[in-house]
Amino acid sequence: MNIVVLIKQVPDTYSERKLDGSDGTLDREATDAVLDEINERAVEAALQLKEANDGSEVTVVAMGPDRATDAIRKALSMGADKAVHLSDEALHGSCAVQTSKALATLISSVDSGYDIVLAGNEASDGRSGAVPAMVADLLGVPALTHAREVTVEGGSVNVTRETDDGVTKLTAELPALVSVNEKINEPRYPSFKGIMAAKKKPVSTLSLADAGIDASQVGLANALSTVTSSQPKPPKSAGEKVEDEGDGGSKIAAYLVSQKLV
Amino acid sequence: MAEVLVLVDHVEGEIKKSTYELLTAARGLGEPSAVVVGAAGTAGKLADGLKAHGAAKIYVAETDSTDFLTPQVAVLASLVESANPAAVLISVSADGKEIAGRLAVRTDSALLGDAVGVSPDGVTHSVFGGAYIAEAKANTDHPVITLRPGSIEIEQADGAGAEQSVEVPASSGRSATVTAREPLVGGDRPELTEASVVVSGGRGVGSAENFELVEKLADSLGAAVGASRAAVDSGYYPHQFQVGQTGKTVSPQLYIALGISGAIQHRAGMQTSKTIIAVNKDAEAPIFEIADYGVVGDLFKVAPQLQEEIVKRKS
Repeated sequence: MNIVVLIKQVPDTYSERKLDGSDGTLDREATDAVLDEINERAVEAALQLKEANDGSEVTVVAMGPDRATDAIRKALSMGADKAVHLSDEALHGSCAVQTSKALATLISSVDSGYDIVLAGNEASDGRSGAVPAMVADLLGVPALTHAREVTVEGGSVNVTRETDDGVTKLTAELPALVSVNEKINEPRYPSFKGIMAAKKKPVSTLSLADAGIDASQVGLANALSTVTSSQPKPPKSAGEKVEDEGDGGSKIAAYLVSQKLV
Repeated sequence: MAEVLVLVDHVEGEIKKSTYELLTAARGLGEPSAVVVGAAGTAGKLADGLKAHGAAKIYVAETDSTDFLTPQVAVLASLVESANPAAVLISVSADGKEIAGRLAVRTDSALLGDAVGVSPDGVTHSVFGGAYIAEAKANTDHPVITLRPGSIEIEQADGAGAEQSVEVPASSGRSATVTAREPLVGGDRPELTEASVVVSGGRGVGSAENFELVEKLADSLGAAVGASRAAVDSGYYPHQFQVGQTGKTVSPQLYIALGISGAIQHRAGMQTSKTIIAVNKDAEAPIFEIADYGVVGDLFKVAPQLQEEIVKRKS
C-alpha cells in the first residue's frame, strides 16, 4: 500500500506567536518551529498502517520554507521512507485554497502514487481546519476527517470520526484521504537507529516549476483573500492582586458582586 | 439586492442557534437565503424560525443520502452558480469548516475562515487566541465565510421565507458513506465554548479527584468546566475540556482560573474573556498579569469559600 502523509511545520504553541506587521502573514522567523503535534500522530498512523500491510511505503509530503526540513527529518527518523518537499519563495502568503491546490498537485505527482493520504485534522497555527478536506475534494477522493480510529481492510477504509458534535462511523473505498485527531495514537519517539537512517533517506526538494505549479496560482499577490490590516490587541492589564488571609474566597465573591457578575 | 446564502446548521431537524447569528450577519451583506440540506420534512420544521430571523428565501434540498457532507457541498456549489450570491455564510464547526473549504475549492472562491465579524468590506478575525485583530477581504466573487458561534448578537427580522426546492446534484468526486451516528450526549453543564461563565483548573488542582472542587464551584455559578493543558496531560480531566491554543478558545463574561499558572499556551485560549479571576499560590504566576482580580493563596481554601458565598447569595 502506498501511503502519503502531509506534514506542516508550525510555530511552537508554547512560544509567543507574531504576525508580520508588513503583510499580515505569520512571522515564521519569530518563533520556534516544530513538527505540528497532530502531524506526528498522522505519521504514526501511517507507520502503523505500513506495519500492518506488507510491502507498504510511506511518503512524506510537505510544503513550506527551507526550515521545514527539520520537520521532514523528524518524520523520516520516526520511520517514513521518503519525502517530497515543495519549497519556493513564491509560496509565501498563499491562502488556504492555493495551498490546497498546490498540495493536491504535489500528491498527484508522487511517483509511487497513493492509496491513502493521511494528515492531521487541523494545524495549530492556521486553524482553518479545512485543508485536508479541500485537498481530498481537489483529488476527487473521499475525505474521512477527524479520525479517532482508522482501519484498512480489503480495499476500503473505515474511520471512527469524533468531533465536538459526536461520533460518526465512516467508510469509503480507497484511494481516500484520512485526517486524524489527537486521540488516534501516541506517536513513537525516533530511535537512534531511526535518526541515523533518516539521514540517508531520499528527500526531493522541488521548486514550483519542478512540481509543475504555475507561480501565478500561488503566493500573497495572487491569494484569493488578503489580510488588509492586523494589529496586536493591547494586552489586558493586571487588576487587583491580594494575598489570601483566610478571606480570599469572600473577597472574590465581593468583587463579583461589585462587578454585577453574580 | 444580492442574495447571501446561509447554510442552516441543524442536528436531526433541531436548529442550532448559530444559524440565527448567520442570518443576522447576512442582512448586513444582502438578502439572506437559508439553505436547508437534510432528510425529508426538515425544512418544514425549521421554516418558522428562519422566517423570524429574516430569511427571504429558503432553499430546500431534501435527501436521504448517506454521503458524508458531499450533499451540502454539492447543493451550495450549484446555488453559487445559479444565484451568484454576495457571500456564503457557514458556522464554524468541524462539519461547517469542512463544507466551507470544499465549497471554496469547487467554486474558486476566497475562504475567509473563523471570522468574528462581517461587513461588505470583509471580515474580522481574532488571531492567536485574541492576541491580534486582523481584517481580511476577498479577492473573488461569492466568498465563503465561516463565522465563529457566539460572535454575532442575534436580531429578529421578518423574512418572506419563500420556499424553493432544489435538487441535490450528483457529485463529481467520490464520497465517504456514513454507516452510524452517535450524537454527543451533553451533560447538565453548559457547552464550554458557549458558556457565559467558565471555571477552569490547572496543574495546581493536583489530581482527578480534586477536580470535583472545580466542578462544584462551576455548578454553583451555572458555569462550564475547563482545564489547562497541564491538567489534561496529567490525566486530571478529559481532553475535550482543554482550554488553550491546542484546545478550545473561550471568551466568556467571567473566567475563573484555579491553580493555572497562565502559560501562553493557556492564555491564548481565554485571554479575551471579559473578566478574569485567578487563584494561584505562586504570586509570580503569569496568569496574574491578565487577571482583573487575583488571589495569591491556596485554591483548596479559597475555592470552597467562594462557592459557599455564591450559594449563600443565591439562597
